[in-house]
Amino acid sequence: MTAVAASGSIDALSQFELHPALGEAGATVHFAQSNLMMIAAMVLTLLLLWGGMRPRAMVPGRLQAAAEMLYEFTYNMCVETIGPEGRRFFPFIFTLFLFILLGNLIGVFPYFFTFTSHISVTLALTLVVIIMVTLVGLWIHKLHFFSYFVPQGVPKALLPLLVPIEVLSYVSRIISLSVRLFANMMAGHVMLEVFGAFVVMLGAAGLIGIVPAAFALGVNVALIGFEILVAVLQAYVFAILSCIYLHDAVHLH
Amino acid sequence: MDLVSAKQIGAGLAVIALAGVGVGIGHIFAALVNSVARNPASRDRVFGLAILGFALTEAVALYALVIAFIILFV
Repeated sequence: MTAVAASGSIDALSQFELHPALGEAGATVHFAQSNLMMIAAMVLTLLLLWGGMRPRAMVPGRLQAAAEMLYEFTYNMCVETIGPEGRRFFPFIFTLFLFILLGNLIGVFPYFFTFTSHISVTLALTLVVIIMVTLVGLWIHKLHFFSYFVPQGVPKALLPLLVPIEVLSYVSRIISLSVRLFANMMAGHVMLEVFGAFVVMLGAAGLIGIVPAAFALGVNVALIGFEILVAVLQAYVFAILSCIYLHDAVHLH
Repeated sequence: MDLVSAKQIGAGLAVIALAGVGVGIGHIFAALVNSVARNPASRDRVFGLAILGFALTEAVALYALVIAFIILFV
C-alpha cells in the first residue's frame, strides 16, 4: 500500500494474480491460493450442511435453520423453474449454487481470494452446465432435440436465416453465463481496490487530503455491503439461469 | 496522440454503454413500482423478478467495464 502512495498509479489487477499456496509442496504441483479457496468453500459447505443438520431438531437452531432455508429455497427454485422433473436436477443445482455462493462470499473477507473472479473457473463451471444441458436434451428427446433450433410458426423461407441465429444464441450462452459471473466479481474487487488506493493516496497528501480520504473510506464500506449483495445475487442468477436452460432442454420451448 | 492518451480516451468511450444500462435499470424499477402500486399483494413475486432483471442488466454494464479495464490495464 505504501507503494501505491509512492508510485502515484493504481495497480488494480495484481490482486488477481495466482500465488502458490502451502509452501514448497504446493508450488511443485501448481496448487494456487485459488485452489485453496475452492477447498475452503467445499469445507464450509460441508460444515454448514453436515454440521448444521446433525442435531436433526424439530425446532431448528440457527445453523440448521440456515441449512434448511438454503435447501428449501433451491428446491423451490428448481421445481418452479424446471417443472416436476426439476427434482432430478436439484442435487446438481444445489451443489453449483452453494459452491458459487460460498466462493463469492469468501472473497469479500480480507486476505481471502475470490476464485470466481477468474474467467477460467467460471468458464469451466459454465461448460459443465451447458454440456450437461445439451446431453439431457439429447437423452430425453433423442434427435428430436434439434427441433429446438427451428422456431415454430415461421415461414419456411425465413428458416435458413433463423436457424443459424438460434444456434448462435444457444452457443453464446457459454460466453454470457461465464462472463457475467466473472465480470461482476472482478469489477467489484477492482472498485474496492481503486477506492482503497484513493484512501492511501489522499491520506498521504497531508492535512488537505484527510476529508476526501475519509469520504473514500466511507464509499469503500458501502461498497463492501454492495459486494455482499452482488455475491449472493450472482450465485442466484447463475443457478436460476442454469435452471432455465435445463427447462428449455427438458421441455423444448 | 501517444498510446496512453489513446487508451484513456478509448476506455472513456467504452463506458458510454452505461447510459443504456442506466435507462434499462430505471425502466425495471419504474415497472416494479408501477406493478406494486397496482397490486401490493404481488410484491414478493414481482420483487424477485425485478432483482433478476436488475442483475441481468447490470451485467451489461460490467461487460463495458471489463472492456474498459482491458483497454486500460492489459
